[in-house]
Amino acid sequence: MSEHVLPGSIDETIALLARAAYVAERPLATAVFLALRMRRPLFLEGEAGVGKTEVAKVLAAGLDCELVRLQCYEGLDTAAAVYDWNYPRQMVEIRLAEAAGEHNRAAIARDIYDERFLIERPLLRALRTSKLDAPSVLLIDELDRADEPFEAYLLEVLSDFQISIPELGTLRAEVPPVVVITSNRTREIHDAVKRRCLYHWVDYPSAATELAILARKAPEASVQLSQQVVAFVQRLRQAELFKVPGIAETLDWTRALVTLDALVLNPDTVNDTLGALLKYQDDIAKIRGSEAAAILEEVNTRIGILRDG
Amino acid sequence: MHFARALRVAGIPVGPAKVLDALGALQVAGVECREDWHAVLASVFLTRREQREVFDQAFHVFWRDPALLQRMLHLLLPKVHGRATRNVTPMLSPRAAAGLVSRVAEHTAVNEPAQEVEVESTLTFSAAERLQRLDFAAMTPAELAEAKAAIAHIAWPVAEVKTRRYRPDARGTQIDPRRSLAAMRRAGGDLLPLLRRSRARRPPPLVVLCDISGSMHRYTRMFLHFLHAVANTYGRTQVLLFGTRLTHITPVLRDRDVDAAIARATRLVPDWSGGTRIGACLHEFSLRWSRRLLAQNAVVLLLSDGLDLDAGAGLCEEMARLQRSCHSLIWLNPLLGYRDFEAKPAGIRAMRPHVDLFLPAHNLASLTELARVLTAQARLPHGELPWRCPAPAA
Repeated sequence: MSEHVLPGSIDETIALLARAAYVAERPLATAVFLALRMRRPLFLEGEAGVGKTEVAKVLAAGLDCELVRLQCYEGLDTAAAVYDWNYPRQMVEIRLAEAAGEHNRAAIARDIYDERFLIERPLLRALRTSKLDAPSVLLIDELDRADEPFEAYLLEVLSDFQISIPELGTLRAEVPPVVVITSNRTREIHDAVKRRCLYHWVDYPSAATELAILARKAPEASVQLSQQVVAFVQRLRQAELFKVPGIAETLDWTRALVTLDALVLNPDTVNDTLGALLKYQDDIAKIRGSEAAAILEEVNTRIGILRDG
Repeated sequence: MHFARALRVAGIPVGPAKVLDALGALQVAGVECREDWHAVLASVFLTRREQREVFDQAFHVFWRDPALLQRMLHLLLPKVHGRATRNVTPMLSPRAAAGLVSRVAEHTAVNEPAQEVEVESTLTFSAAERLQRLDFAAMTPAELAEAKAAIAHIAWPVAEVKTRRYRPDARGTQIDPRRSLAAMRRAGGDLLPLLRRSRARRPPPLVVLCDISGSMHRYTRMFLHFLHAVANTYGRTQVLLFGTRLTHITPVLRDRDVDAAIARATRLVPDWSGGTRIGACLHEFSLRWSRRLLAQNAVVLLLSDGLDLDAGAGLCEEMARLQRSCHSLIWLNPLLGYRDFEAKPAGIRAMRPHVDLFLPAHNLASLTELARVLTAQARLPHGELPWRCPAPAA
């Protein structure tokens, strides 16, 4: 039986995340630690592919709690996100009551709004499964895809962790779940939501962190390959690209190279596997060929210097 | 607490609740080193990516050297000109510096006198990036009334889009089980009335790219007035101005008062009535803004005369990419309404094929004209009705 003990310091948080193979930089670990201890939601904003969703999954694994995931899209409403009534069952219940000879229509009409006809959707499920010894982890993914009415609804949930169902009453969580909200910033989230959360902008990792991540997540790659890959991607992030590769793309590329049994990078390998790193044709056309070769040469020189000097 | 006050002056909204939160967070975290302190305060005080630079600078100056703060205050008190701040702290951004010195400096800073721009030739463009400030005359009540009337009557050439939400609708095609059961409960359980619903519709987001270069000088004031009215009535609107640079002015247009909003916009934009570099500005838009603003089937409205300094170099690809990224691209050109005009400039010829709806106009003297141009050519597919602003409550 594992303990659901929250980490006691920032270092313990880093260790907790590292046990689940997530290498976090110190500012992110600080924000996570504060969110856990102060029982506030954590708002993670950043470009696609930097590991925002991964944090929630890793937290759930590390704390041994259930992960409840709500994927947001435009037009998400309470019926899909919070709860819904099981209308067919309610209709059947009415017919059964009539067939059994129950004549008090008003009583039937009251009985059909009972908890056994309530379908739980993610938000309600997260509040209900959050117990004292095992708080659940609620991941609200890509909140910027949902629209303003849904954000307004979320305010009540995030501040008091309760849901009001008109027919039943108010349902409260025994203990507030750990809430992680992610956003890709395609739309500005309203300040009222951000005010209730602890904010953190997840940036691209530094070279040292990225190397550590590769060592944990793609250990089958050789050391030299990892160094070359990290240096190449770090250099690529400074070029003017439409979509700069994130850490997820780096991992994809490394695994692709390992699958092709590449021990070192050479221009041909890079040109062949560029599709794993860059996803826009304009970017690929810009980098493929001479530009990739030039970057590779620069990378090799720098690594050679580091190894020698 | 003093740090919170400094942040507030620098423009980062920090309320008293956040100060309390910060104190609680610092107690919980038990920080020992500077980086932890920085990270804790950042996670509590910040709400946006853009605030981070100002916050970083303010933090480093505030917590590193309190004596520096004293020295800056001491230097500024007897001075009259605001330029001294720039000499003393060349590394700080003006906003961080404003947050850290007393407000006396702000009030006594002398602005350069507003320059009158006199450009007689409106069909030319200039290579020089003239960074100038413009002074707009305040709007008269007659103009304000005209603007309101004009905006209220525009039939936007954008079709409403279906959303995933439902609205009660007596003639809808779907049955609404929830409302039906609730109605049955209210009626006592004897009858089950079948209430219906249908999908809600709403207008798509609007992104306006407005040219403010020298060749459009005549229309700048009117367009700003129009953009302010649109930003406050249409709903989901984003406005960007471009000349030689691209500036995002939507936050300042939210001010209800037209003159205040335009005054804030003039302070924000450096390149009024300068040259035009449409290709470069569209490229920057694609790189930095398109993925943020064009996310939900947005409609892009381009207000420009198409006269480009770079003679259309690179403009074709940028317009093609813009057309692919948005739902529809509307180009309103205030200079092409002449009957015998042939599109000779290379910029206009490069842009024309990539536009979904081309609205030439000529002699746009007033907002009413502009509204009429937008309305008259609302051609929508499949007989859709163009969208009109809802009438304001009387």
